[in-house]
Amino acid sequence: MTDLELSESAEEILASLWVAKTERNESSRQGCDLEIGDREAGLAQLGDLGLVHQEGGAVSLTPAGEVEAASIIRRERLAERLLTDVLALGEEQATEAACRFEHILRKGIDDQVCTLLGHPKACPHGSPIPPGDCCRTGARSAGTVISSLADLTPGQTGTIAYLQGTRRDMVQRMLAMGAAPGAPIVLLQTAPSYVFQVGQTQVAVDRETAEDIYVRIGGRRSPPAPSRRWFGRGRRWGRR
Amino acid sequence: MMRRALQFLVGVLTGRSRCGCETCPMAAPATRRKVILVGSPNVGKSVIFNQLTGRYAVVSNYPGTTVEVCRGSARLGDVLLEVVDSPGAYSLAPLSEDEQVTQNLLTHEAADLVLQVIDAKHLRRMLPLTFQLIEAGLPVALDLNIMDEAEKAGLTVEPEVLSRELGLPVIPTAAASGVGLDRLRAMLSDGLPARSSFQVSYPEPIEHAIGAIVPLLQGGYGLDPRAIALLLLQRDAATWDRARHLASETTPGIERIVAKTEARYHTPLGYTIALTRQRAADRVAGRALRQDPRPIRRTFAEVIGALTMHPIAGIPILAAVLYVALYVVVGKLGAGVLVGFLDGSLFGRHISPAVTAFANRLLPWPALADLFVGEFGVITLGLRYALAVVLPLVGAFFLMFALLEDSGYLPRLALLVDRIFKRLGLSGRAVIPIVLGLGCDTMATLVTRVLETRRERIIATFLLALAIPCSAQLGVVLGLLSGHPLGLAIWAGVIAAVFLLSGFVAAKILPGEAARFYLEIPPLRWPLLRNIATKTLARLRWYAAEIIPLFLLASVLVWVGQLTHVFQIALALLRPAVNLIGLPDAAADAFLFGFFRRDFGAARIFDVHNAGALSGIPLLVSMVTITLFVPCVAQFLVMARERGLRSAIAVAAIIVPFAFGVGYLLNLALMALRVQV
Repeated sequence: MTDLELSESAEEILASLWVAKTERNESSRQGCDLEIGDREAGLAQLGDLGLVHQEGGAVSLTPAGEVEAASIIRRERLAERLLTDVLALGEEQATEAACRFEHILRKGIDDQVCTLLGHPKACPHGSPIPPGDCCRTGARSAGTVISSLADLTPGQTGTIAYLQGTRRDMVQRMLAMGAAPGAPIVLLQTAPSYVFQVGQTQVAVDRETAEDIYVRIGGRRSPPAPSRRWFGRGRRWGRR
Repeated sequence: MMRRALQFLVGVLTGRSRCGCETCPMAAPATRRKVILVGSPNVGKSVIFNQLTGRYAVVSNYPGTTVEVCRGSARLGDVLLEVVDSPGAYSLAPLSEDEQVTQNLLTHEAADLVLQVIDAKHLRRMLPLTFQLIEAGLPVALDLNIMDEAEKAGLTVEPEVLSRELGLPVIPTAAASGVGLDRLRAMLSDGLPARSSFQVSYPEPIEHAIGAIVPLLQGGYGLDPRAIALLLLQRDAATWDRARHLASETTPGIERIVAKTEARYHTPLGYTIALTRQRAADRVAGRALRQDPRPIRRTFAEVIGALTMHPIAGIPILAAVLYVALYVVVGKLGAGVLVGFLDGSLFGRHISPAVTAFANRLLPWPALADLFVGEFGVITLGLRYALAVVLPLVGAFFLMFALLEDSGYLPRLALLVDRIFKRLGLSGRAVIPIVLGLGCDTMATLVTRVLETRRERIIATFLLALAIPCSAQLGVVLGLLSGHPLGLAIWAGVIAAVFLLSGFVAAKILPGEAARFYLEIPPLRWPLLRNIATKTLARLRWYAAEIIPLFLLASVLVWVGQLTHVFQIALALLRPAVNLIGLPDAAADAFLFGFFRRDFGAARIFDVHNAGALSGIPLLVSMVTITLFVPCVAQFLVMARERGLRSAIAVAAIIVPFAFGVGYLLNLALMALRVQV
């Protein structure tokens, strides 16, 4: 099933069925609810490939269709992240471009993009990104641009790209401590707790919280803090 | 009696009881003004409160010291100033109990001035609260505090620029060293500021919603409708309750507007609103702030500060701090030197014999003389335990605790133990009440309020009641066992094992998510001696006022109990349990005392030991058992107040049999192994 050449409308149908199922808990949809340009042709292709199941007017995903759909959603949302985080497009522009971008992100490349972006867990709108193999193995690459704070090494600097808002109180507290998107950040240590510096503030967090802070590696500004080496765990300043 | 003692305790702990109506000015002043101090935690609100009013509110170098409101007054010329100190709040939309206190304060009390205290180093992140205060229509002025540290960090802040940008008076100060307070006083006694016209503009959908909500709001909120609309959009629970209460017929309309706006965003509106404010803060701060571009050499304090957090260097530092704080100061200095002198020499050789001789001559009936000078006499036991045994120990601990607090070491301790505490269902943050518990478990139970989840608060309360010895117990243990390293090690080992195991089990049993850990690490600071002294004395005074009447009362109760034979009956009932764990009869009254108060029981063991009736294995077993077993009456009442009566009874019902069980097993094990202690 690796080299499926689905039409654009077929992909859109899969995606909307997947969202309906996993995020809205509707196991099937009325075919005519799918607001997709070339609906009939798309449905026909999906039916031929055994990805959807049609009964009366209702359309539902088959197990194979679910896998394929998750992959499409994953690529689409990764594309959104790529466009907002790396190309710094505005949210609306990004959403629009992402739809088209997703079709270019073929499978395989999605893992590379995902690694580049530090295995993000949600799209800029907060919807979850289905994890790929790379997330499970925690792959790293030299070209990683965005990374969760938990995956940085002590001494690395950057600016906060976004906070993964799983908990409102956590996000609000982080903002209150100065860890706002755009703020320059230095990771000072990772054990026994993560300690980072934003502005003049040092903050200690546990690993779970560090995983929710995403950092654009290599800050525009020089780190605000110290410039000497102390003790064993080297702080490698100047690494950009 | 206990209730009053408790209220007093809460009052002193939070500084309130000392802020009552002490100042009664002779002449009625021309003007009265009410100033409310607000600001994030740890920016120096309480220091400024102290400086303005000359009154003491608890000040430390860690967030969350003020958990309730503290009031005082000051006279500036012919202005009588009422100053209100609020608990630290990051935002007007509260996330915790103490932030809610601040929101209520601002809503319900008509302040002539809201003085926001800002840590100049952290201007950028404190401005969002300023914006919210302005939005709320409050008369705001800024106190740009801790200017000295900002300068050291290479930050130049220009108060004039800030003042112009925001349209507010801005006074730079370094309150801890008294710099800038004259200007602050002058501002407070002169004219008050006009309302600022500064306004943050939110993204269009939110502004649209505000515009639609404002006409639906009627009066009675105490804050500007724009601020109320924003709080409603952020789904602030207290504001929604008030909206339903004030005008229930408009709430469905408001609900529709909020829901429609929420649908336009995928993240909670609170996030977007907070980000917008942060961007505005960045713009304003960008104009008023200049960061010295050259890299700053790390100061000595920063180097030490980094070492205390280091995974390898941090541990020996932690061990050294605990050794000095607990063993040297509380054990050697407190139990050895101070108690030795006060109890052994002063009371033992001089006061007790003199008073006894005097009483025997003056009071013809031995029964009456016993009330004052007998084995359990008011003076020879009650007063002596309080003044000569317990207070020196507790005082030594409070001194160390004040040093740890003010130096900024405690948050570092928190980050070192977070991973271990996670296993116990706590976050590193809980280290603050736990360490305070080593001083007084009752006080610490109150401070568990700073913990964010209910689950964490329950586990911390339980562990405090079970496995954390208070400083009187600690001092007695260290004093009596200091000559027996093996005994001390066994005691510490058993208590530590109980702490870890029971915490582990509690975390497994109690449902709920693990608490997240995030804590600001303040710079290490040299503690100000004056502050240390005031704080130690204030806590000690509270403690003395708490225990002296109770200890005297206990003596009287024992006297009455002896006369009526209730005391003997109670002892007879306890004796089998005490004998069961291998202790002599003489130890029974220590346990009876312990029920009443932890420290009272500990002092009794000290006495029984000195009388030669308790040593070796029974001494060790009684130490372990008495450390574990009592949530004393005072602590029980605070538990019941903070966590509910049912939780308190459950905790006590688990602990008492558990403590005796551990004592029993320990006794068996030590006997079987023929341990020489």
